[in-house]
Amino acid sequence: MRGGLLRGRGLQIYTWLVIAWLVLPIAVMILFGFNDTHGRFNTTWQGFTLKWYGKLFEIDDLTRALVNSLLIAVLTMLVAGVLGSLIGLALGRYRFRGAGAMNLVMFAAISCAEIVMGASLLSLFVTLAVPLGFWTIVISHVMFSISFVAVTVRARVMTLDSSLEEAARDLGASPWTTFRLITLPMIFPGVLAGSMLAFALSIDDFVITNFNSGGTVTFPLWIWGATRVGIPPQVNVMGTLIFAAGVLIAVANALVARRRANA
Amino acid sequence: MSRLRASLTPYLLLFPGTLWLAIFFVIPTVVMLSLSLQSGDVVNGYAFTFNWHSYVDGISTYHDQIIRSLVYGLFSTLIQIVIGFPVAYWIAFKGGSRKSVYLFLLLLPFLVSFVLRTISWQFFLSDNGMLLGPLKSMGLVPQDFHILATSAAVIGGLAYNFLPFMILPMYVALERIDPRVLEAAQDLYASKVQTFLRVVLPLSLPGVFAGVLMTFVPATSDYVNASVLGGTSNTMIGNVIQNQFLINQDYPTASALSFTLMALLLVGIFAYARALGTEDVLEVAAR
Repeated sequence: MRGGLLRGRGLQIYTWLVIAWLVLPIAVMILFGFNDTHGRFNTTWQGFTLKWYGKLFEIDDLTRALVNSLLIAVLTMLVAGVLGSLIGLALGRYRFRGAGAMNLVMFAAISCAEIVMGASLLSLFVTLAVPLGFWTIVISHVMFSISFVAVTVRARVMTLDSSLEEAARDLGASPWTTFRLITLPMIFPGVLAGSMLAFALSIDDFVITNFNSGGTVTFPLWIWGATRVGIPPQVNVMGTLIFAAGVLIAVANALVARRRANA
Repeated sequence: MSRLRASLTPYLLLFPGTLWLAIFFVIPTVVMLSLSLQSGDVVNGYAFTFNWHSYVDGISTYHDQIIRSLVYGLFSTLIQIVIGFPVAYWIAFKGGSRKSVYLFLLLLPFLVSFVLRTISWQFFLSDNGMLLGPLKSMGLVPQDFHILATSAAVIGGLAYNFLPFMILPMYVALERIDPRVLEAAQDLYASKVQTFLRVVLPLSLPGVFAGVLMTFVPATSDYVNASVLGGTSNTMIGNVIQNQFLINQDYPTASALSFTLMALLLVGIFAYARALGTEDVLEVAAR
């Protein structure tokens, strides 16, 4: 018993150590957003300052890159959110010929190496002489996000009871009314989760964007380009703000879910 | 009419998304295959010659990078299993009401850009940085000691970046284990070690397989870690593909190498998928 207790405590400490390891680079990033550095290299601690938060948008290229990233992520969220949800609904609700093939394509898209996806899409664009830029990035992000949205929505649809829809139909509701008043509200949490996943995948993507961006620069691409000349503190601050927004959304989400469960 | 609509509905729902995937995911793979069989050069352009020489040349020139990628991918995946399993186990069985808090903490890194996280490690591990600077000034490690530009740094970076993808599926599998099964084992006089080895471990294997699937592919094909943490002597096949495609614009070679990488990874994936059933893998991947 004592051994068991010790082992349980040991594993708990171990788990916290792994979490600390995972969070360490984030802590470093946040810390150096407050560094009162003067040279081009933000590498040694010079004292605490908030000035980078005030000068957040002083590097025009970086600001533009961040705006590009946000725009692309919103467009991806909307397009992949709708297209992926429709696939998820079809796969979760209906039995039809070809469902197996569809599952296989989505499995392939989810497990395919990013570099292979990026490279093959670039092959297509090069072959057709499509100019690379903002829209080719959006196309690529929608492409790799669709399957993730579809799988998320499908999981939600499969847990739902279809008798409510049947009841609506029996009561004379048209297919569209049934969808609008019954199906959509029921699957909406899945659609929302899938769309947010698409947003997160898009804003973080580096590899596929790197292949299909042409001259357009996104936030991760800008950081990549700046590695050799030194990362300015503004990048740390932007990273910190994105991180904080993510934490806030997740916590708010959890609180709402808990309140709903208690109600 | 209404029956026809019912049977058409799933196809109508699938149509736009499937079209997108067909044009921008399936067809590009075929286009890349055709590119890899072309000959020519950047200046004069490339023409389709159905020539395998890009594969032969590419593989013979870059076999070091291909093997290194597989070795790094394999090692980082093994490290993730070893580091991640106890965490997944502890959260699944002892996490209690705080399970979701622990899972949330494990997912925190994904709220920071992949590139930025890796650069943060580069910064932390640099030769006179936050870790080695103090250690060197205290004389605990020799002055010329370095972590960056070693294969250990790349493997460590890969293990770090994909660890949550390994822990989550393992956690899902462990969490699903019915406690009554464990009680049954104990009622049948299995020791704790026996229960673990003969009940918990086999039941967790689907999670481990799914985790391997989700981490081995991105780790093996990565070029960000090798490029940021590995210096010039630890380049992986991803670095070569990126360089050939985007800098040298040697499309046939780059395509041939991408295809080789894809083929190598596919063999592994299908072996796993067969052992598991794709449905299961997708289900775990969705969580």
